[in-house]
Amino acid sequence: MSKTFFSDDHEYVTVDGDTAPAGVAGMIATVGITDYAQNALGDVVYVELPKVGANISKGDQAGVVESVKSASEVYAPVSGEIVAVNAALEGDPAQVNQDPLGKGWFYKIRIANQNELSALKDESAYAAYTKEL
Amino acid sequence: MPNAAHHIPKEETALHKTPLWELHKSLGGKMVPFAGYDMPVQYDGMGVLKEHLHTRRHAGLFDVSHMGQAILTSVLTPKEDPGVALEKIVPSAMTGLAPEKQRYTLLLNEQGGIIDDLMVTRWDDKTLFLVVNAACKEKDFAYIRQKIGGEVKLEYLSDRALLALQGPEAEKVLSRLFPLAAAMKFMTSAKILYEGAELYISRSGYTGEDGFEISVPAAMAERFARQLLEHEEVRMIGLGARDSLRLEAGLCLYGHELDETITPIEANLKWVIQKHRRAHGGFCGAEKILKQLDDGPSKLRVGIRPEGKAPGANAPDSNSGRAAPVREGAEILSPDGKTIGVITSGGFGPSVGHPVAMGYVESAFAHEGAELQVMLRGQARPCTVAALPFIAANYKRD
Repeated sequence: MSKTFFSDDHEYVTVDGDTAPAGVAGMIATVGITDYAQNALGDVVYVELPKVGANISKGDQAGVVESVKSASEVYAPVSGEIVAVNAALEGDPAQVNQDPLGKGWFYKIRIANQNELSALKDESAYAAYTKEL
Repeated sequence: MPNAAHHIPKEETALHKTPLWELHKSLGGKMVPFAGYDMPVQYDGMGVLKEHLHTRRHAGLFDVSHMGQAILTSVLTPKEDPGVALEKIVPSAMTGLAPEKQRYTLLLNEQGGIIDDLMVTRWDDKTLFLVVNAACKEKDFAYIRQKIGGEVKLEYLSDRALLALQGPEAEKVLSRLFPLAAAMKFMTSAKILYEGAELYISRSGYTGEDGFEISVPAAMAERFARQLLEHEEVRMIGLGARDSLRLEAGLCLYGHELDETITPIEANLKWVIQKHRRAHGGFCGAEKILKQLDDGPSKLRVGIRPEGKAPGANAPDSNSGRAAPVREGAEILSPDGKTIGVITSGGFGPSVGHPVAMGYVESAFAHEGAELQVMLRGQARPCTVAALPFIAANYKRD
């Protein structure tokens, strides 16, 4: 069972609950921007991704997403090491709009501190949050 | 992604509304403040990219009612051509403008700086019709009254809406309502009686496409817009695509490419100054402007094509990656790293499929193909000076 968490900055973090027991380092998560975010941004025309191997801290800039009109920085919702990036977005950034939680993922991160997940929202809390925006 | 929420303003109580505001809301317009008006930036189910491409392929309908429409007439006895007075504050030939012809020109200050860019249409030998930018209209009208108020009367048409129908299928659509539209040429105008009201139609626009701008009484604006939208070729288009369309077309946006410190020569708009006016001057800032015309300006507006890919690209075999767009305010550097200019508009060009920008560079670098750099997120990335427009204009010239 995978579980998805959401940040107030509209990134999602999907972790596979079966890969590692709670509290054990080495959990891999997939990060991208939410459906709300892609909808607010509009048509994505360019995505800049972090480098594989980079160690980033929660809150660091970890990419840029540009729509026709504007550029937005993407911040890391959790700390860790970048283990993969979705290079397909370079040629087809529209996947961010078409399938933000699927083919539109940005990068995979080895989570350094699972406690950071508890600061994120679950799906229903995030839905309630975006409703207020 | 802190910017995401900014695209959806929560309340805009103090903003003006155009006569098509209800229509925008009913069509799912995402409303944003623009020049004091609550305007649609894009529409649900479409978005900037689709709206842009629809306009280039079919016909896009734009609400530009926020722009200022005014009639200029003489107050002298006997009445004379108001173009005589207007020529004191614009560098284009106005007295030489034939009836039904339209001309793009610039309102100038005493230093030759651009107060606004505007369209002037001659209705007859005693009457000119002006369309000015929304954000500039109060300033423009005050300036016109200050400079030539003793000679002309300016009547602001606050009770009219302005619609633009743009794209290769605009003629087909509009000529179903007005057969006359098909016979009109680029930069000409006509008055048409429609359902008891007078419409002012011109064959012009701000997209690089063929098209029309139609001034209609506010009271019938929504009905008229809905009639146009009934045609399958037509979709409503927001300000987002209006900006990307004009940028690809290499057209200036006031407050970005043009301001009160920029002269027409620097803006690469010397074509607005006709031969007779170059020879005789007699307009605000003429001395400076005509000198720049002879000697060349120190800086010039150019097209910029960003070439820089993501520095963190992890796919060495990926040649399909796009260059990063650059945005307004980015510094332009010479090959040896000296600051030589600035980006004034930048974004992605949906029709050309790559980032496009305009900016000012020192004249020595203002030649097509010059390889420069532009600062993006703290890094210098390659760009080239590109010919404008980025996409060939599709005007109905003959």
